[in-house]
Amino acid sequence: MEKPALSLSDVTFAWPGKGGFSLSCPAFTVAQGERVLLLGASGSGKSTLLSLICGIVAAESGQVSVAGTELGSLSAGQRDRFRGEAIGVIFQQFNLLPYASVADNILLPLSFAPKRRDRAEGAMEAEALCRALDLPDGIMDQRAERLSVGQQQRVAVARALIGAPPLIVADEPASALDASTQERFLDLMFAQVAQAGSSLLMVSHDARLGARFDRVVEIDNILQAQKVAV
Amino acid sequence: MILRLAFRSLMARALTVGMTVLAIALSVALFLGVEKLRTGAKASFADTISGTDLIVGARSGSVQLLLYSVFRIGNVTNNVTWESYQDIAARPQVDWIVPISLGDSHRQFRVMGTTPAFFERYKYRGGRSLTFGAGQSLDDLYDTVIGADVAEALGYALDDPIVVSHGLASFSDHDDQPFRVAGILEKTGTPVDRTVIVGLEAIEAIHVDWKGAAKRPGQTTPVEEIRQMDLTPTAITAALIGTKSRLDIFGLQRWINTYRQEPLLAVLPGVALQELWQIVGVAERALIGVSAMVVVTALLGMMAMILSSLNERRREMAIWRAMGARPRTILGLLVLEAVLMAATGALLGALLLYAGLALARPAIDAAFGLWLPIDPPSGREAFTLAVVIGAAALSSLLPALRAYRLSLADGMMVRT
Repeated sequence: MEKPALSLSDVTFAWPGKGGFSLSCPAFTVAQGERVLLLGASGSGKSTLLSLICGIVAAESGQVSVAGTELGSLSAGQRDRFRGEAIGVIFQQFNLLPYASVADNILLPLSFAPKRRDRAEGAMEAEALCRALDLPDGIMDQRAERLSVGQQQRVAVARALIGAPPLIVADEPASALDASTQERFLDLMFAQVAQAGSSLLMVSHDARLGARFDRVVEIDNILQAQKVAV
Repeated sequence: MILRLAFRSLMARALTVGMTVLAIALSVALFLGVEKLRTGAKASFADTISGTDLIVGARSGSVQLLLYSVFRIGNVTNNVTWESYQDIAARPQVDWIVPISLGDSHRQFRVMGTTPAFFERYKYRGGRSLTFGAGQSLDDLYDTVIGADVAEALGYALDDPIVVSHGLASFSDHDDQPFRVAGILEKTGTPVDRTVIVGLEAIEAIHVDWKGAAKRPGQTTPVEEIRQMDLTPTAITAALIGTKSRLDIFGLQRWINTYRQEPLLAVLPGVALQELWQIVGVAERALIGVSAMVVVTALLGMMAMILSSLNERRREMAIWRAMGARPRTILGLLVLEAVLMAATGALLGALLLYAGLALARPAIDAAFGLWLPIDPPSGREAFTLAVVIGAAALSSLLPALRAYRLSLADGMMVRT
């Protein structure tokens, strides 16, 4: 049986400090190659969930596994390494180091992930991804801050996909784009995610996107979030 | 890759980073410059007199004796009688002895009476002899040899007449017996440059008609008559001595210091120079302290600059974290940034110093007789630069640790 790209079971977590936020997630799985849309408004606990999945914070109890690796068994530093190896992250905006070239931005995760670096074909793969994502020629040497928002988001996709990590986590990647470019962006992103064979977990509040996905999950259905009483 | 990104990040903030680097560069240049001046001054100071084994004068302090006999600073309190001088000269350990007689002046320069042997025996800068830029040594009774600064300041040429004044700051001149400039010495960077040298007998000659501080009224002995007189002095101010063997120095010194007929003092010039430098050294240390504080200030400025940039760079740190960077990497990144800035600043500072040195060297030499060598950086200077860079790394730890904590708390999401 193939290991799921992501699985959470009986996870509980609370942010430290008074007035902290706590959540529990009894069960949630993303199969290998599956594309899942997680629907939820802000404040629903999605940031905390993503932090748990990416290993930024560790669950207090229960298990979080990414591509068969149980994050709870790793130290904080090991989780950071593992994130670099196994997860491609795309934010809503401001994805790139503004002062660095597009090439450096795309290749950056590889410098923390030796196995992924071995899988990837370096600058060649970065260039191929840029071309596939319909970015203009010669963009590799440009500074990221010179790019339009749409271009920046596509470069972020290329960065997430380089070395084909098993899981791509995208946090509202298209919401900074206007409606006309959104469609085009999502088309390109989906094509490349499929090409790489990665699983995709995308968080959004926009239910209209659901048609593109294998599965749509309401975040409230898998997560119980609450403010801890003071 | 990370190094390149750190460099790019600095370049993206070129203005503030440039200012910080400039501040570090200036402070480093100042520090190294002070260090350079200090060692240069110390070396040139220690080079003031060499080849002389003992300096003898009336009993006072060794520093005082050195000050008036070599540096021509301060007043002579007492003289050495001619008899004592001859007793010392007759000691078997004495290879050569040169008498010095001070007390008169010409304009702002001191007049020193001595014998022509002075020009052979006085050595500076590790054994260099005095050389004549023009003319020759003392020959006639009324000949004078002047130092390079005297000639330059007063615009004297060979054969110019000079009138010596009585005492150090008086209006009574020995105008009845003018001297002739017979020789002008090359610049040495020592007090000799600022000295008017005449024969020992000439000092006697110009004081024939004087009693103490005043001229005897009504009498002027004609020059022709003076030339016939016995001009052996009754007293001198000090004497420079060379011994036959270095082993004789202490024996002779003890003999002079316990000389019964007259309280005398013999000092080793090297030891006395050292003592004098220790006094001057307080100012020297203060100067170093101040310039070190300037370096510290520049580094504090850098620290403040990094600290204030942290908030606007939280987004950037979140990106690093998302890519797999540990909080430790973020810390390292900020320390690396500080080290890059400090290293650039230190190098730039060293360059500034050398450029400044190359430009200012002739002026410093002309004004202070201080010839600063332009050497490749010494081990000590390299060490200083390393310390500056190390201190920068250390001082960046405060903002770096703050960034570490921020990136731990923020993770990939910046919460504000």
